[in-house]
Amino acid sequence: MMARLKRRAWLSAGNLALGILLLWAGWHLFDWAVLQAVFLPDASACHALEGAGACWGVVAEKYRVIFFGRYPLEEQWRPLLAIFVMLGLLGASAIRRRRGRRLALLWASGLTVFLLLLKGGLFGLANVDTPRWGGLPLTLMLTVFGLGGAFPLAVLLALGRVGRWAALRALCTVFIEIVRGVPLVAVLFMAAFLFPLLMPKGWDIPSLLRVLVGIILFAGAYMAEVIRGGLLAVPKGQAEAAQSLGLSYWHVQLSVILPQALRKVLPALMNSAIALFKDTSLVIIVGLFELTGALGLAVDGDPKWRAFALDGYLFIAIIYWIGCFAMSRYSRALERTT
Amino acid sequence: MKIIFLLAVLLCPGLACAGKTSDAILERGQLACGVSTGVAGFSAADSKGEWRGMDVDFCRALAAAVLKDPNKVRWSPLTSQQRFTALQSGEIDVLSRNTTWTLGRDAGQGLVYAGYIFIDGQGFLVHKRSGVMSAKQLDGAEICVQTGTTTEKNLAEFARASRIRFKTLMFENLRAVLKAFFSGRCQAFTADASALASIRANDSGKPEDYVVLPERISKEPLGPVVRRGDEDWFAVVRWTLFALLEAEERGITQANVDALRARSDDPAVQRLLGVGEDVGKPLGLDREWVYRVIKAVGNYGEIFERNVGPASLLQLPRGINALPRDGGVMYAPPLR
Amino acid sequence: MKLRAYALQALIVVAILLTLYGLATVVAARMRGLGVEPGFGFLGQRAGFDIGDTLIDFDAADTYGRAFVVGLLNTVAVALVAIVASLLLGAVAGLGQLARNRLFARLCVAYVELFRNVPLLLQVLIVYVLLIGRLPLPHEAWHVFGDWGPDVWLSKSGLSLPWPVWSNGALILERPVLGTFTFSGGATLTPEFIAVAAALTLFTAAYIAEVVRGSVQSVSQRQREAALALGLDEAQTLRFVVVPQALRSMIPPLANQLLNLIKNSSLAVAVGYPDLVAVADTTLNQSGHAVECIAIIMVVYLFLSLLTAAIMGGWHARLLRRQGGSA
Repeated sequence: MMARLKRRAWLSAGNLALGILLLWAGWHLFDWAVLQAVFLPDASACHALEGAGACWGVVAEKYRVIFFGRYPLEEQWRPLLAIFVMLGLLGASAIRRRRGRRLALLWASGLTVFLLLLKGGLFGLANVDTPRWGGLPLTLMLTVFGLGGAFPLAVLLALGRVGRWAALRALCTVFIEIVRGVPLVAVLFMAAFLFPLLMPKGWDIPSLLRVLVGIILFAGAYMAEVIRGGLLAVPKGQAEAAQSLGLSYWHVQLSVILPQALRKVLPALMNSAIALFKDTSLVIIVGLFELTGALGLAVDGDPKWRAFALDGYLFIAIIYWIGCFAMSRYSRALERTT
Repeated sequence: MKIIFLLAVLLCPGLACAGKTSDAILERGQLACGVSTGVAGFSAADSKGEWRGMDVDFCRALAAAVLKDPNKVRWSPLTSQQRFTALQSGEIDVLSRNTTWTLGRDAGQGLVYAGYIFIDGQGFLVHKRSGVMSAKQLDGAEICVQTGTTTEKNLAEFARASRIRFKTLMFENLRAVLKAFFSGRCQAFTADASALASIRANDSGKPEDYVVLPERISKEPLGPVVRRGDEDWFAVVRWTLFALLEAEERGITQANVDALRARSDDPAVQRLLGVGEDVGKPLGLDREWVYRVIKAVGNYGEIFERNVGPASLLQLPRGINALPRDGGVMYAPPLR
Repeated sequence: MKLRAYALQALIVVAILLTLYGLATVVAARMRGLGVEPGFGFLGQRAGFDIGDTLIDFDAADTYGRAFVVGLLNTVAVALVAIVASLLLGAVAGLGQLARNRLFARLCVAYVELFRNVPLLLQVLIVYVLLIGRLPLPHEAWHVFGDWGPDVWLSKSGLSLPWPVWSNGALILERPVLGTFTFSGGATLTPEFIAVAAALTLFTAAYIAEVVRGSVQSVSQRQREAALALGLDEAQTLRFVVVPQALRSMIPPLANQLLNLIKNSSLAVAVGYPDLVAVADTTLNQSGHAVECIAIIMVVYLFLSLLTAAIMGGWHARLLRRQGGSA
């Protein structure tokens, strides 16, 4: 009894100390990020801070380049609108009542509008080439289209790897293991350096497409392993039962096994999505300026603001955090309901 | 499909059947210009995303000469790893991205330099409190370098030649390397002197606390690069550069170019501005190309002043980049 | 039927191999056209650049090949340190999320959510800048163990500590000495190494914590209650009942996280830690052998990954054998 009381006392003393420490750290953070911070685009005020506060002025000055990269200035309402279209789509899918065909239709039309807004060339919108896309819309686009392309590839690879054909099994295994064994940086390097060497003169494949292919291959291999885990977890009896009903192999796989497998690994697939969202920050290697790259583009060549790049980094870290946190909450909600 | 594709490549070994660059530009209606991802004063995006700098102005001059409109340029920001591949693969027509002219690059890699637009040299920036007055005193010091250039090689050679040792810290990221230097992680930062001057003036917050050492440990003539194998396009790029110099020599500026064209009776000026002898035809250009170039970006001196000169953020003196009559080496052969 | 299937499979394999061969030929031809002779001969050439942080001796007169070895060793070093640290931190944060102390559990959840959801590149940069900003200059270095302890100094130049070296055939302890600019002698953990290792650890541990939490939660509550009813205390229950079962389901996802960690160490280049990718990057620039450099990166990482996967797989198999169950 005494021992337990003693332990309690220690615990609450520990809690108190921890609490005070947290409060202290929290206050300092607040002081630095809000009270002492400079919010106006005034470089000399930022220099005068000497680190006592955050310089959000760098965001106030460079927000156009940070958010939209190299997109033409006078057309920037289009990527802005495109961001909202994409967020709307994601939001609509998160509401669980809408399902199936209607959702597919919504996505198809939403993505068309998204691409149309960015690319233009129709309905009186000026044409904007893909190398000029950048910032947040590019990050969203690479994530969503990367996932969209990677998912079917992953399903095929996973089915191939657990399937009946030995050669196909070997090929899928080799592909998956090779891609999973190398850093994304190396895959993107290939997209940047090897592709141009493979293409004959005049066959110009835009780098956006090149990295998208790289991302799809990379994410596809990862998701294939996740899906394979799900496939293996579906009891064998299911496939046998379905086959004894006279269904063909592919029919069994696609309409009996796969749906069950996918339901099992939904949280893990969501993790892959989160990872991809963060990994898009590497496409700077091929000269595409998504959110992180756009920040570099905005500050690297400007001696006036270059010193405050870190504050800009913190700002986009917050954007990434919001996106990832929302996805992981959604994933946990899914975990509970399925 | 695949067979056709393979055949197309095999029948086209390397650059042998590359088309004419000028034709490709005219057909595209845009000049594809490779620039940096952000080097202050040379090529960098401003807060509105517009490209500015000396290298940028040179591409605008080229577009004015070939396409008659300085705005018809497609900018490709390239990292230093990508720049040559982009040119070799035909993604860009000209690389105007402070790239040092060296033998290995000029002869070995399917590239050719059209000249130099800015002469730089690698130097050292140190903290004043260290008391260092010469790079030779840096024995044993930690030196920050940004990779992707000839910089790290020059540094190693300088150390060897001076029989001293450095601890080299190579960074890929300019923001990281500047943070490292200014927070005192390394005792010196080495880069092209022009970059050091602007970093000292702007990034430090306190220029008086930092010194650029007097040594220049390398020669860095920076200039536009084109693909090997297209002599005509090479000539256009090279002579556009010379035209900018010639215009400065003759006192032709953006402001007075119209007036001079209307009433100058100096034959050299007349020739340059398209009212005298035709200097466009040998290049496959029209008679008024130099007029358009100067009208669009001004002469070499104006480009220098606007982007890197004493009044700009970089605050560089003209120095070796002046015309020969002012003690520099920016010399143009006669345009006739 | 069988025969036709085999023939088709063989055809597919042959077609893929032929395509790969064709592509390789094209790349080689194009490189020759650009004046670059394809092949790995350049590895024997003089590198001409220095590397600051090396485990073996290296200077500019050494070859590109040796530079790659230096980079590889650096990658392995930082990955090993981060693997050990992130397993420890991940276990603490993972179990901590389930702790009965609400404040501590909340803190662990907050840690996981904060570090999991920000790109690693940004974390590396932020950790590095905070680190070099806070540490003292070499001349004002902190004497970590005071004046009486071993000679360990902490400054912007890193953690300098005594290190045994061979001198005239005898092993002596060399102590770090402050020179004109920085410390020399002994061994140094540079701030770049520390920042990369720390950021990799913080990032990966957040993921490992989730793996640990998931696996522990998957061990049913009933088992835990039964163990407690048998008179085991909480720590014993955890040690003898929960962890052994959780480990079984934990190892495969854990292996994935370790693979990610090894590959993520390639971001070290951002803060100037000379890992394999950094060396390859510089070499690619100097020599123009882009394709070969990328091939080296890919093969080495592939090897490291397969090695890690094999080790983790072996451990998993042994665990299953010993526990006599199936996963």
